Amino acid sequence: MTHYLDFEKPLAEIEGKAAELRALARANEEMDVEAEAAALDAKAEALLDELYRKLTPWRKCQVARHPERPHCKDYIEALFTEYTPLAGDRNFADDHAVMGGLARFHDQPVVVIGHEKGSDTKSRIEHNFGMARPEGYRKAIRLMRLADKFGLPVVTLVDTPGAYPGKGAEERGQSEAIARSTEACLQIGVPLVSVIIGEGGSGGAVAFATADRVAMLEHSIYSVISPEGCASILWKDAEKMREAAEALKLTAQNLKKLGVIDRIIDEPRGGAHRDRPAAIAAVGKAIEEMLDELKGKKPARLVKERRRKYLDMGSKGLAA
Amino acid sequence: MNWITNYVRPRINSIFSRRETPENLWQKCDECGTMLFHRELKDNLNVCTSCGHHMQITPRARFKALFDGGVFNEVEVPEPIADPLNFKDQKKYPDRMKAAQKVTGEKEAMLVATGEIGRTPIVAAAQDFSFMGGSMGMYVGNAIIAAAEKAVELKRPLILFSAAGGARMQEGILSLMQMPRTTVAVQMLKEAGLPYIVVLTHPTTGGVTASYAMLGDVQIAEPNALICFAGPRVIEQTIRETLPEGFQRAEYLLDHGMLDRVVKRTEMRDELIRITRMLLGLPPAVQGDLPAPAEGAKSQEGEPPAKSGTAK
Repeated sequence: MTHYLDFEKPLAEIEGKAAELRALARANEEMDVEAEAAALDAKAEALLDELYRKLTPWRKCQVARHPERPHCKDYIEALFTEYTPLAGDRNFADDHAVMGGLARFHDQPVVVIGHEKGSDTKSRIEHNFGMARPEGYRKAIRLMRLADKFGLPVVTLVDTPGAYPGKGAEERGQSEAIARSTEACLQIGVPLVSVIIGEGGSGGAVAFATADRVAMLEHSIYSVISPEGCASILWKDAEKMREAAEALKLTAQNLKKLGVIDRIIDEPRGGAHRDRPAAIAAVGKAIEEMLDELKGKKPARLVKERRRKYLDMGSKGLAA
Repeated sequence: MNWITNYVRPRINSIFSRRETPENLWQKCDECGTMLFHRELKDNLNVCTSCGHHMQITPRARFKALFDGGVFNEVEVPEPIADPLNFKDQKKYPDRMKAAQKVTGEKEAMLVATGEIGRTPIVAAAQDFSFMGGSMGMYVGNAIIAAAEKAVELKRPLILFSAAGGARMQEGILSLMQMPRTTVAVQMLKEAGLPYIVVLTHPTTGGVTASYAMLGDVQIAEPNALICFAGPRVIEQTIRETLPEGFQRAEYLLDHGMLDRVVKRTEMRDELIRITRMLLGLPPAVQGDLPAPAEGAKSQEGEPPAKSGTAK
């Protein structure tokens, strides 16, 4: 059962009709509907193409948040071997919104860290919808330091609506944890590559995505604030999220122009959720290429170039 | 309308209004409502003389009170590209900028300066909450980088006064990128072995708290300052929990181990002199007001810090 987004309604109707026809034909052997159903299929495909070729920024937000979009866990299972989760921040707790540990990527040992949103009600609650608390960032810092010590590249997979806004999280130093995580990203002398696979929500994303190379899936987003949050502050109306999404320039295509990200990973037709294996494979290929680009660089050079990259960022605006 | 309202009353008013006390001579304390005489309030650094409430203070006023003899040199900040996203909400971003510049008389939301405090050469940066909520965009990022570079060049400590609602939404992702950029600036100071002291003032929230404002060697806050990542309203709306009294205020953070000290603005200068001099291994400073540096502030630049004996 596909989960259709609101703008996909016409598509749902056509696909529904085709399915209905085929169901009728199964019940009634003399009926030959295949030609008609095939025509509907073709129409649906053309429409899907059309819809996804020109997704508005707000629609991209919806696709980026699609419940069936592959999540961190799916990428780790498919792309890495010997994944060995390492838990806890050694101070307070283990944050399930952040997963991470040792793993092999094409046999090369690495440290992989990412936000996990969960895929059904139970796991979503367990992973706190991908919203990390300070413990999550502190676990990530610990893992980055471990990678640094043993010379292992770090791969981060970013998919979070943002850091968790809660009483305990604030009391335990949410801002300090995020600041230290960004700092760790800028300190480690090993290759650090990041892929924004869904939502890159504000400080919660920067804390993992301050990397040598940053890639974004074609329909993922990366923003200083959610369109809804921006709309309620600047338009005084959360319903203006379409305008806000437009103004924030939060799409992969805009961020590439701004020089904030290094590459865009194409998604299968109709978004990553329509062909999960293809999307996952494309991300794997991008990680491989990005790690290759950094191969053989000395720790000091990596750190120096990473810092330079951020110091220079934004100096050219959209003309970068 | 008649002759009296159109002609006589304005004339009478014009005679009397000149003698009336201008409104801005008195300011009401936001907290206790006491009417405070402007000069008295200014002398007390915008701290209510009745209840001790800390009101906003501009970077310029703060620097005048902070530096010896009120003398400081502004550090030039590289100008970023204007309106990088062509951002428009209900107003255009350039129009919001112009309005903020007009109201504050400042170019942007951060002021960087060199000077001496208790004869201790420092670099200071202060964020201006009255300029678009002190929000962090490319300019603020450039200002912090310029401050750090100047500190490294002159081998001086950096003291930073934060005050911001967070990142500047009108610069979108580029405002978010100031988090890593300013973190690099802090790393420059750390690698040069120079003290970086942060004074958090009301309010310091969002991406500002989650980057340079929480990375100080020493973290000081002004009393009752709101310091947080997610603001209390956001938390209440999201988790529908009532928050405890004083939540996310300076004293609350001190209790939760997030700050070194909470210090009154009127005592801040002595505090900063004491801490920086100890961190730099200098002898104690002479107490009290010092006159401006002898040979004018301009000649200070480029000189290494006095190792000892500058305090007479």
